[in-house]
Amino acid sequence: MKIQSKADLEKINREYSSRLYYPDTTKVLVGMASCGIAAGGKAALEKAMQDFPGGNGVSIRQTGCLGFCEVEPLVEIAATGKPRVIYQKITEDKIGDVINSYLENNFKKTKWILGQVRDPRSVMEDHLENPLSKVEPLEKIPFLEDTPFYNNQVKIALRNCGYIDPDSIEEYIARGGYFAFLRALFDHKPEEIIQIITDSGLRGRGGGGFSAGKKWATCARHHGDRYIICNADEGDPGAYMDRSILEGDPHSVLEGMLIAAVAIGSSQGFMYVRNEYPLAVKRLVTAIKQAESYGLLGENIAGTDFSFNIKISTGAGAFVCGESTALMASLEGKVGRPRAKYVHTVEKGFRQNPSNLNNVETFANVPAIVSKGAEWYAGMGTEGSKGTKVFSLVGKITNTGLVEVPMGTTLRNIIFDIGGGVLKKKKFKAVQTGGPSGGCIPEQYLDLGVDFDELTKIGSIMGSGGMIVMDQDTCMVDIARYFLDFLEEESCGQCNPCREGIKRMLEILTAICEGNGKEGDVELLEELGDMVAKASLCGLGTSAPNPVVTTINYFRHEYDAHIKDKKCRAGVCKNLYYYEIDAEACTGCRVCARKCPQDAITGEKKEVHQLDQDLCIKCSICYEACKFNAVIIK
Amino acid sequence: MNQVSPPTAEQCVDVAIDYMELDKIIEEEFGTDKENLIMILQAIQRRYNYLPQPTLKYLAEKIGVAYSQIYGVGTFYSTFSLEPKGRNIISICLGTACHVRGGERVRERIIDTLNLNGKHTTGDMRFTLEGVRCIGCCSLGPVIKVNEDVHGRIGSDEVEKVLEKYE
Repeated sequence: MKIQSKADLEKINREYSSRLYYPDTTKVLVGMASCGIAAGGKAALEKAMQDFPGGNGVSIRQTGCLGFCEVEPLVEIAATGKPRVIYQKITEDKIGDVINSYLENNFKKTKWILGQVRDPRSVMEDHLENPLSKVEPLEKIPFLEDTPFYNNQVKIALRNCGYIDPDSIEEYIARGGYFAFLRALFDHKPEEIIQIITDSGLRGRGGGGFSAGKKWATCARHHGDRYIICNADEGDPGAYMDRSILEGDPHSVLEGMLIAAVAIGSSQGFMYVRNEYPLAVKRLVTAIKQAESYGLLGENIAGTDFSFNIKISTGAGAFVCGESTALMASLEGKVGRPRAKYVHTVEKGFRQNPSNLNNVETFANVPAIVSKGAEWYAGMGTEGSKGTKVFSLVGKITNTGLVEVPMGTTLRNIIFDIGGGVLKKKKFKAVQTGGPSGGCIPEQYLDLGVDFDELTKIGSIMGSGGMIVMDQDTCMVDIARYFLDFLEEESCGQCNPCREGIKRMLEILTAICEGNGKEGDVELLEELGDMVAKASLCGLGTSAPNPVVTTINYFRHEYDAHIKDKKCRAGVCKNLYYYEIDAEACTGCRVCARKCPQDAITGEKKEVHQLDQDLCIKCSICYEACKFNAVIIK
Repeated sequence: MNQVSPPTAEQCVDVAIDYMELDKIIEEEFGTDKENLIMILQAIQRRYNYLPQPTLKYLAEKIGVAYSQIYGVGTFYSTFSLEPKGRNIISICLGTACHVRGGERVRERIIDTLNLNGKHTTGDMRFTLEGVRCIGCCSLGPVIKVNEDVHGRIGSDEVEKVLEKYE
């Protein structure tokens, strides 16, 4: 069926909305994003399908990621008239029992349950009645929306992730999908759409933070075959919000691109997806085919003269291709080297034509903004940064996951309330934002409200939203070295300051980490960093010194300890520490001795153990294994 | 970018190229559109596990792109390899989240266990070790991927046991 009008869309919406919220079976939704699959979700899904092959009132479906990666695989079970319950850490050995207990209305095994859903509606559906309003909630089971991980979140870009089957366009439509596009197509002039996006204050979520509306307006002014390009080359290590959106709700991105195409006047779109995301590509291919079959992509969409096609291209592993000009070169099948932007890509980009590039998350926000209005979106966030932002909260954090919070939420709120604080209750040292172009933020700034401008003020950047928490066992000099190592490898090599500057900085940092640091090295790093930042061609180089500069600014004492005392107190730089067994804390349990691959630890049971420094390779297995903190870093 | 040394003469003659099949890979999915170069190279690598030099020369003529440019693309992007890879590919995640959770130590254990000594592939072609920058499974860090299997929360002491399973 080809959708020709809003009435057609409404018909699908009504039919599938009732199936979504009032199913005639007990619906088991298994989280099947990459993270869920890796944690055992696929095996659980297959086991459930085997145990409940259909016909007995149970249907097994896949869904995207609910964001709480720490407790994956997540399974949600729902039936009409019954509470919707989210179960945590449900591997294949448990899923059968979990489904049976739900069928028997037995909710006694509370450790399996993460929470019950109070309201499954998305932000696009507040005109509907809450499908659970007449359902008696379970006693003693918390509402998911009240749990610390979720209660500060506002889901706009992630509105459908974990609620719908990503391979079903009908479920996307059921949650209000494609209505914003039809509204843009039938009810608005292109300028009006651009105005809505401009007024909403939406800024590019890929890291640049440029006003999306302004970008669209500039692109629309230039003549030629205009292109809409979606940047899904999510290269920042530790950031995976785009992957999660593409895997959990691919249609939201397609709809965002369609709206942009109407606004700017484009008939061809491209998705440039990172090679490491095969599942995202697979789901996008399915989504595009479905949209085509409904006539939402292709020629003469909804009976109008508007046509739009989307082609998927995959990257081949080059961080620099996240930069707009490099990405476009790569799309043309060439080596992904950036060019100077005297002429912006909105004027001359892909194939020398006006090209509008936005990031996945930016596009995912667009349908919600068009649907609910600029004012609604601009009502959230801070003065200069509106709406919400998705962060991937990773590293040494208790609750690893994807969180979407209004701009301006404090780091402390994100890390300690939502994230549950530092892993194993260790001491917080820093949080790194913005990927390799960002910086390390120390404890003193934890009460800072996170937005584009505030993070820039303290030397870091928002970037694409990676937030890597670091604890007492993280060496800040090593982190600076790590990022430069990354950037040295990923530098495209065409401009001197970046190619040579980063290499020299890396040499100095490596020397410091190996115990060969000299007085004056820090000052030299600062001088080189200043040059690289000022003289490099593209963003990769100009922001490359950020991790070094911020660690020097906030953790200078660690550099000094490495250079002057030849000590790495975090126990990371191998030449600068050794392990010792604390005779007072050692209980003689032999755990470390059994695990040591070098047989470097000796000692009888219940007697203090000895560590032979000559045999020790500092693999840290004993340090991690000891429950009594008896293996100490010296 | 990644440093790739040109394949040796032996490596090039080792692999038998079925040009009819190669034609199919190039034409059926991608046409001879130059813009599809990267995806064609990915398809060739999926088939042969690496980019055999003769296929690149053939491709250059087929789609009308200079061999030097294809070589440039093949060495610029880190997923391409001009050398044959082992039967099992170990991808160790070197993303920041895995790094702070001890990914580097896991890598060292793998290098030690497989006696890699600066090489990427074991002498018996059983394993190739590659570093990848974040596969987006940060909650499971440190993570290694062997072929398509993700092994999460892997400790240095578990490396040997995990690798045993792959022949």
